[in-house]
Amino acid sequence: MRRLVGVALLLAALAPAAVHAADEADPPKRVQWSFDGLFGTFDLPAARRGLQVYLDSCGTCHSLRFVAYRNLLEIGLTGDEAKAIAASHEVRDGPDETGAYFMRPAGLADRFVPPFANEQAARFANGGAYPPDLSLMYKARLRGADYVYSLLTGYGDPSPDVEFAPGMNYNRYFPGRQIAMPQPLLDGMVQYADGTPATVDQMARDVLQFLAWAAEPYLPVRHRMGLGVLVYLLLLTGLLYAVKRAVWRDQH
Amino acid sequence: MAGHDDEHLLHNEIKLLGVLGWVEYRLPIFNWINNAVGTNYPTPKNVNYFWNFGSLAGIALVIQILTGIVLAAHYVPTADGAFASVERIMRDVNYGWLFRYAHANGASLFFAVVYIHLFRNLYYGSYKYPRELLWWLGLIMLILMITTAFMGYVLPWGQMSYWGATVITNLFGAMPIIGDELLLWLWGGFTVGEVLLRGFYSLHYLLAFVIAGLAIVHIWALHQHRSNNPLGIDIKGPQDILPFHPYFTVKDLFGFGIYLIVFALLVFYAPNMLGEPDNYIPADPLQTPAHIVPEWYLLPFYAILRAVPDKLGGVIALALALLVLFAVPWLDTSKVRSARFRPIYKQLFWIFLADVLILGWVGGSPPEGMFITIGQLATVYYFVHFLVLLPIVGKLESPTPLPDSIATAVLEENKRKKARKLPQVGVAPSASHGASSGGGH
Ligand code: HEC
Ligand code: HEM
Repeated sequence: MRRLVGVALLLAALAPAAVHAADEADPPKRVQWSFDGLFGTFDLPAARRGLQVYLDSCGTCHSLRFVAYRNLLEIGLTGDEAKAIAASHEVRDGPDETGAYFMRPAGLADRFVPPFANEQAARFANGGAYPPDLSLMYKARLRGADYVYSLLTGYGDPSPDVEFAPGMNYNRYFPGRQIAMPQPLLDGMVQYADGTPATVDQMARDVLQFLAWAAEPYLPVRHRMGLGVLVYLLLLTGLLYAVKRAVWRDQH
Repeated sequence: MAGHDDEHLLHNEIKLLGVLGWVEYRLPIFNWINNAVGTNYPTPKNVNYFWNFGSLAGIALVIQILTGIVLAAHYVPTADGAFASVERIMRDVNYGWLFRYAHANGASLFFAVVYIHLFRNLYYGSYKYPRELLWWLGLIMLILMITTAFMGYVLPWGQMSYWGATVITNLFGAMPIIGDELLLWLWGGFTVGEVLLRGFYSLHYLLAFVIAGLAIVHIWALHQHRSNNPLGIDIKGPQDILPFHPYFTVKDLFGFGIYLIVFALLVFYAPNMLGEPDNYIPADPLQTPAHIVPEWYLLPFYAILRAVPDKLGGVIALALALLVLFAVPWLDTSKVRSARFRPIYKQLFWIFLADVLILGWVGGSPPEGMFITIGQLATVYYFVHFLVLLPIVGKLESPTPLPDSIATAVLEENKRKKARKLPQVGVAPSASHGASSGGGH
């Protein structure tokens, strides 16, 4: 009978696989991320390169509305660098003492200024498709980092028999294999200050360090704290077990 | 029969002097505690680690309430503000991520613990005379937990929140005659929206405390006839029991340790493993997600709901699936409690557990192809188990002989263990002292 339970458990574990076999997209590639695992943390130089990719490419279509410019100090930018990035965008502020609203350069306290005023404008500029906000993308898809990395590196030529909707691009990792987002990364499209060659693969990895950070900025703290908590709990539980044995000794 | 001549199993009243004595004379709180979880509460000496799960459920509830209160201080229950306020908690509130991940994963573990607790009761027949009301209180808490968790899941106002709420509230529209009115009242409008969100927030906060209140009544009922035990036989005298403190306080504390380790692994290293990625997409009334699925702990019920092609039929099946549990003390016609002595029921127990797991698997899969058939078969079996097999097996099966008492069974067990150990170790075993060894007479 226990075996039956085992089989049922196995089936339950396979359930997600069954669900996704229905989509015709390829399963995402597997990548080793520096932020996975018990000791995982962000690769900060890569995250800074990723910021550059974000600013040059993704940020022209996608918003990042939960991240503030001041947060960039957490990945190692200086205050001046972050201020400069902020100041290249304008935000509406006011009312001033005359009661008027006005535009001013964004500052450290502001959140990333979205590239479009609203969803309609974003759709209009993207052939009707809406580029979703990227602040939580890392968590908003199954195996998010692997998936977005695969998506960014998954453009290519379709087999000749594929029917194409106008304005769509072939991508083997997107459900339905046709995506409205044009290939956002091209070899050498950014110049990295640290001299890292800007291949599509490299930029995709870098931008995911940035996006994973954007979604879970507290991940390094979480991992570090978890380690301390686990060590503490293991010691405490070991101790409690010893006490339990001692108390129960005369009963065995 | 559990007579009440077991009043005097222990004599560990505490006598207090000074300030504590002054308080105790006016409000006998120290003896009250001591009688509840102290040296004066008798517990069958043979209960195994499955008896840890009741107190674990209590701890899980406390964790939910404490983390929930912190979250409530920063949460904004509006359609525009809810999603962003949760993100603000995660990013800008000090250790907000810790509180939120603890609350979300705490709910999952709470269900895991309560389900184990419930299946423990099914295995050892703990729902039988004289613990029927205790069982009912547990079931009412379970239904309240399901309601509370469902409403809580709506609060972050992500895609799954919104569409989950839409699917489930729509079920009320299936009610004959009053359906449409009921739905209008529930929604406070013509779709799921902010009015519903605010209502759910209010109830989510409230219900946890209703559960807490019921948990106290649950324990009150427990203490009337004490815990059941793996043998399913009654306490016959002082040699069968141990005082709760220190024996079970320390055992429960050790259980908490294990629980917290599992909890920490989830919260710190896999905080989103049990959740749906779609709930990190803000609610969008214009875009239905490809698969609308509830959290894992509601999947078996979801499968039962969908097993009936008709909406009203599904709701009735779901309600019956929960209600039938209330009748289990009477559907089970066997006088023997523990499955240990019930060769056929024991098999049925494992088959039933497998059936529930299969329902969970079906509930998480798209409702198409073979899943429909499997879900329907598993649903039918769920009811056959309770309504047909349980009554019949109790009559037909011949149970194996029950031990004379808990104490003799424990002595036998210890002898067997020592016989296995002795040849290698060669140390004389210390004699078993029976019940009174823990507290002085
Ligand atoms: C020219 C505008 C444009 C640029 C530049 C762009 N995107 Fe997109 N992106 C879109 C559009 C439009 C969609 C919606 C696609 C659809 O729904 O078919 C999209 C969708 C996405 C999605 C969601 C896919 C899904 O599963 O729904 C991700 C992830 C994404 N983009 C990441 C990026 C990243 C990372 C970059 C920068 C390297 C980037 N995009 C650059 C326009 C853009
Ligand atoms: C909020 C949730 C719950 C809490 C806090 C809780 C707490 C407890 C505690 C502390 C015990 C004593 C220790 C033990 O025997 O494990 C207990 C026993 C019991 N509970 Fe619960 N419980 C909860 C839910 C349930 C549910 C959902 C059921 C049944 C469906 C249930 C049925 C029982 C029964 C029958 C007993 C007596 C069992 C025995 O002693 O063998 N409880 N509960």
